[in-house]
Amino acid sequence: MNEFWLELWNAYGMQTVYMLTHIGILIGVILGAVAYYTLLERKVMGAMQRRQGPMTVGPWGLLQPIADGVKLLSKETIIPAQANGPVFVIAPMLTFTLALIAWAVIPVNAQLVLADINVGILYLFAVSSMGVYGVIMAGWASNSKYAFLGGLRSASQMVSYEVSMGLVIVCVLLCVGSLNLTEIVTVERPIWVQIMLFPMLIVFLVSILAETNRAPFDLPEGESEITGGFMVEYSAMTFALFFLGEYANMILMSAMTVLLFLGGWLPPFGIEALAIVPGIVWFALKTLLIMFFFVWTRATFPRYRYDQLMRLGWKVFLPFTLLWVVVVSGSLIYFDALPSKEKAPVVQESTLIDKVAE
Amino acid sequence: MISAITFYLFSAITLLSAIMVITAKNPVHSVLFLILAFFNAAGLFVLLGAEFIAMILVIVYVGAVAVLFLFVVMMLDISFGDLRKGAMQYVPVGLLAGGILLFELISVFAVWQFAKSSETNIASPTPDPKEITNTEALGQILYTDYVFAFQVSGLILLVAMIGAIVLTHRKRPGVRKQNVADQQARTQSDAMEIQKVTPGTGI
Repeated sequence: MNEFWLELWNAYGMQTVYMLTHIGILIGVILGAVAYYTLLERKVMGAMQRRQGPMTVGPWGLLQPIADGVKLLSKETIIPAQANGPVFVIAPMLTFTLALIAWAVIPVNAQLVLADINVGILYLFAVSSMGVYGVIMAGWASNSKYAFLGGLRSASQMVSYEVSMGLVIVCVLLCVGSLNLTEIVTVERPIWVQIMLFPMLIVFLVSILAETNRAPFDLPEGESEITGGFMVEYSAMTFALFFLGEYANMILMSAMTVLLFLGGWLPPFGIEALAIVPGIVWFALKTLLIMFFFVWTRATFPRYRYDQLMRLGWKVFLPFTLLWVVVVSGSLIYFDALPSKEKAPVVQESTLIDKVAE
Repeated sequence: MISAITFYLFSAITLLSAIMVITAKNPVHSVLFLILAFFNAAGLFVLLGAEFIAMILVIVYVGAVAVLFLFVVMMLDISFGDLRKGAMQYVPVGLLAGGILLFELISVFAVWQFAKSSETNIASPTPDPKEITNTEALGQILYTDYVFAFQVSGLILLVAMIGAIVLTHRKRPGVRKQNVADQQARTQSDAMEIQKVTPGTGI
């Protein structure tokens, strides 16, 4: 029996401990980032509206997120009597979990990734497309008409914008020739390819606003019409999980944009001299840039009307991205710039031959 | 050993949630269990090393098809009691369909197991997973070897989609729609008029 446990430890134990530490650090960093993202949002919006933002708790209001967290933790969780108990409680947990598990495949630096899987980008897309369930389940289980309307709005909105997001990702993948996130970052793109992908960056930025239910597409929670949308019945920690999930999703979508379009952890504009700064810092700075974009749009644009939102998704973005897939693949073929598939297998073959020779 | 444990975990949850789909009292719960079953099936695909199919299963079925399904079921106003009354009369048909499916599955696997010569007859043999990722292998088969069949099935789906739209679309009179081009073309001069109002006279 003892030998069995020893074998188990040797086979899986060390790896498990390493993985758990990695996961622990990752989650700690994300939660810290989420907490301070809320403060950043309030400060930036304050600056844009000539206010100071939170200033009372701690120096320059720096301890405000902690105070908010403690407040939410100490409140009472109310489950409405007419609500569907289990689904009502599972919904916020699902939202929060999905926002966290996506980080498993995000490479924050060369080699620094929890799971470097072949289909990383598909995994991200799959997880983000499941995010809609938290909202629908919350809307339905609350047994309240406002919550239900919010859930329906969110579901149709997220499904609509996922289509154009998928096509944008297809455009990038055509230029890269791999589904692996590390390769998506490291494969070199000629300057004309980058220019060709620029419109897709714009479409993607707008789509992630709709996908995370942020202003100007925050109709699922539109407080002026449906009071608070799908989270109207939620309080205390169940509400906090939705809130954390939303902000974690925003950071995730920012990281996804950085990986797809802004070159991940590589120094900007390919300037070699800037490589002395560690890649993880570049990754964080670039992500912060997109996170700022989220706040910026929220402070700048009024909310869309629902039919305008649907029109933008189906009648503008979908035809445009579809056309652009054709344009990108056509020009890649015409200029003979398809990412060559020979490189990777050749390396593999030689190692295989070497092994046989040995 | 770990993979065996995860296999039994995934398949047990798949089977249990599949049973819950047909026994749950509330249709919305049924759909949610169906989604759980899809998700665990994706887990089984990952264990098989078919990560591409697993992700597509989650993206297409969990992320899109089941959302619309849930959408419809949530909006239905049905009394759950009435729904279950006539359920027993469909048992024979259900058993027949299930039996045929089971028989077909058994015959497919039996051919693999007992007729070894069938492996030499496979038109596109499974490539070595070390040389080629399964995304590339699937792409080769779908877009290179069988591109014609693939395009034809795409066209059939397109026809089905257009057919469904034509059959269900109806023009409703009296619906006011906004013409975006008109709205964009509006200028300050044709939308408003600035008047000077002298006190005490009105317009």
